Amino acid sequence: MSDDTVQLEVNGVPVTARKGQMIIEVTDAADAYVPRFCYHPKLSIAANCRMCLVEVENVPKPLPACATPVADGMKVQTRSGRALAAQRATMEFLLINHPLDCPICDQGGECELQDLAMGFGRDVSRYTERKRVVKDKDLGPLVSTDMTRCIHCTRCVRFGQEIAGIQELGTIGRGESTEIGTFVERSVGHELSGNIIDLCPVGALNNKPYRYRARSWEMTQHATVSGHDCAGSNLYAHAVRGRVMRAVPRPEERINETWLADRDRYSCHGLYGEDRLQEPMLRRDGEWHKVDWETALKAAAAGLKDAVGRSGPEGLGFLAHPSSTLEEFLLVEELASALGSANIDYRVHRVDFRDPDAEPTVPGIGVPIADVEGLDAILLVGSLIREEVPILAHRVRKAALAGCRVSFINPTVGEWLFPVQAEIAGGAGMVAELAAVLQSAARKRGVAVSERLADVVSGAHPGPGHDAIAASLGQESVVWLGLVAEADPARADLFAIAEELARLTGARFGQLTVGANSAGAALAGVQPHRGRGAVPRPRPGLDAGAMASEGLDGLLLLNLEPEDFPPETRPLLDDARCVVALTPFADDALLSCADVLLPTGTFLETSGTFVNCEGRWQSFSGAGRPPGEARPAWKVLRVLGNFLDQEGFDFDDTDEVRDALVSHLDGLSHGAQDRPDRILARESASPARAVGLYGVDGLVRRSEPLQAAAAASGDPEA
Amino acid sequence: MKSILQTFLLTELLGGLRLTFKNLFVRKVTLNYPEEKTPKSPRFRGLHAQRRYPNGEERCIACKLCEAVCPALAITIDSDVSEDGTRRTTRYDIDLFKCIYCGFCEEACPVDAIVETRIHEYHMENRGENIMTKEKLLAIGDRYEPMIAADKAADAPYR
Repeated sequence: MSDDTVQLEVNGVPVTARKGQMIIEVTDAADAYVPRFCYHPKLSIAANCRMCLVEVENVPKPLPACATPVADGMKVQTRSGRALAAQRATMEFLLINHPLDCPICDQGGECELQDLAMGFGRDVSRYTERKRVVKDKDLGPLVSTDMTRCIHCTRCVRFGQEIAGIQELGTIGRGESTEIGTFVERSVGHELSGNIIDLCPVGALNNKPYRYRARSWEMTQHATVSGHDCAGSNLYAHAVRGRVMRAVPRPEERINETWLADRDRYSCHGLYGEDRLQEPMLRRDGEWHKVDWETALKAAAAGLKDAVGRSGPEGLGFLAHPSSTLEEFLLVEELASALGSANIDYRVHRVDFRDPDAEPTVPGIGVPIADVEGLDAILLVGSLIREEVPILAHRVRKAALAGCRVSFINPTVGEWLFPVQAEIAGGAGMVAELAAVLQSAARKRGVAVSERLADVVSGAHPGPGHDAIAASLGQESVVWLGLVAEADPARADLFAIAEELARLTGARFGQLTVGANSAGAALAGVQPHRGRGAVPRPRPGLDAGAMASEGLDGLLLLNLEPEDFPPETRPLLDDARCVVALTPFADDALLSCADVLLPTGTFLETSGTFVNCEGRWQSFSGAGRPPGEARPAWKVLRVLGNFLDQEGFDFDDTDEVRDALVSHLDGLSHGAQDRPDRILARESASPARAVGLYGVDGLVRRSEPLQAAAAASGDPEA
Repeated sequence: MKSILQTFLLTELLGGLRLTFKNLFVRKVTLNYPEEKTPKSPRFRGLHAQRRYPNGEERCIACKLCEAVCPALAITIDSDVSEDGTRRTTRYDIDLFKCIYCGFCEEACPVDAIVETRIHEYHMENRGENIMTKEKLLAIGDRYEPMIAADKAADAPYR
């Protein structure tokens, strides 16, 4: 027996445990269930519900399993008469003030208190005194409250303190007058705050948009992956009769642990809005007509063919939202190549398209998400990480609390809720500030920066903040470019300097990528300069920016709306003679510029694959049925391929499409490729356009609870 | 010999006729159905109804227990937050073609909202009339509330 293990018995079975473990961790590992309310493996130990009392031999009183460390030779009984009597008594006290409103409680059927009351509760209450009633608190548009049901486990309070980093809820009063509430009247505004719904073991905190809509037992659970940020959080979508009712987290230690960002949790409430496109539509003589699929597909095929006939394949463009699935990307790419066009892109949010060959073949953060916690230093350039990838921000926060030195170079100061080593905001602009860090790093290490950056670096004047950042970067550290940098007019400069900085310091370099599937888009070849498998194209096509400046004859949009385009490239949509849009939604802006609308399903209604920012392929199946005549986009693209009389579109399911792509990926190198020398000279002309937390795609923009939450927290962008 | 004797003396025929004549003077149990009806138990499970509280508020709270317990999957419910913030059904359909009149919905209901009444004389003439909507169920409940309440009261001592 080594020094850090102890031997003990659980219900007579000998088990080995690590020193310092609590009894409940050992009993859980030994499959001996101990009832609990306040204990949660991801939160600190409070031991205030007293439900997990167990008997330990030679101890006069029952002990709380969640707060008692194991000791050598301990004999734990979880089901003995004394343990059960203690648990029953606790249950009776908990039920004294709990209302009997299970039939109208949304937690009914998935309630920890309900389950344990079945096991440990008495069938008759001996309590005849007055029951306690607590006024409900207004926590905003996301979380509904029924505070009379609260059993004061304080999981929600501890979540705020320990996970979110901002204490939005707290306990007020003591004894019977204890209440959970916000200290001042305000709504919960943290981007992970929806998780208190899952943490609450009773129905006190619940999902407000889902309130009274369905019961847990009638929903079918579909494992899927979130399509709003590059982390690819795992979630379950719950559906009744083909309609998605809510989303809950699916535990995945490597990505989202047990948490889910509000954006992923509440986006499904935008699915069935008024401007959801339910039938194919066609514009004839300026008027919109609802038509059947065959007419619409014929019109789409004819429109694209006519465009090729008028101005050749070069007059045809293909643009896809970076949150489309890998299969959709591949089929769009196949369609483009079949028609002879290389004008294909997913980087519609970008305004700076210089230097495309410098980019890594598959964009990503460069480290596995789970390893972020163990990093020594993180430098974020142009990133509002809490908005961009909330789940990753949580990992960064964990790292920062464990001693990782996190620094920012941003246009504005942010509120990070964790200790920050240095935050350089505004000043001389991101390019100059980053160059100063690079100069400091180069000087400190006594190495020269490469020639192509010499001009930028020579003019920089590092201050103490720059020096601190440069000093912190080393082996176990990363330099990340965020989405603010991605949309910046000087993106290529930031990219080059940040990459050089990472190279000089030995840090790893990565990008927070746009949408859920930028990596998938790169792999499928939805880029003008690199084809399928990210292999350079012999004849590069036009990127999204060039498409806008050159103008196009025909354009195919996948999951894109005019709102997704920066103002610089938006005129592209109006100028094109024929715009075929595959889209789940059709608002006035899209109606004014499109010519054929083909209704498709969102990521919750299609099967597919997302490749996240750590390069993990995650396939999922659809949760809901697309409403009306809408169909999954991959099927529409496949049939459109048939209508254009092209070979190679005879796929039966998304797995076949994915496998077709996998065959192209042999010998793919994940590192950066050789690049030509170049001169960088473009300063940030205007501040980058931030889309805000709740503006990333059409579904999120249509989710009423999310928009209400954004309005409540005063976010002007969303 | 014995069977030949029986055949000639018509004993079996007379035995049969004896029963016929005996029953000719017994009290009749046959009812002239539409005019006359048998008494029914207060537990009779006929047409469904939804009840209201005396103040007019509908009892159903959309807990969906009846939908869950229904062995024939005859009940379909959609629920939402009502104007006054309570949990209410926006749709409550019972398909009478699917229903097997087992009475489980009535047993499952925590608020005695869905009941099966004594009514068993009903018919449909058009397609779709087999679906009892919330409005129809509440109308039946409103009309027969005294009868339903009396039946519930009669059965209460045995529960």
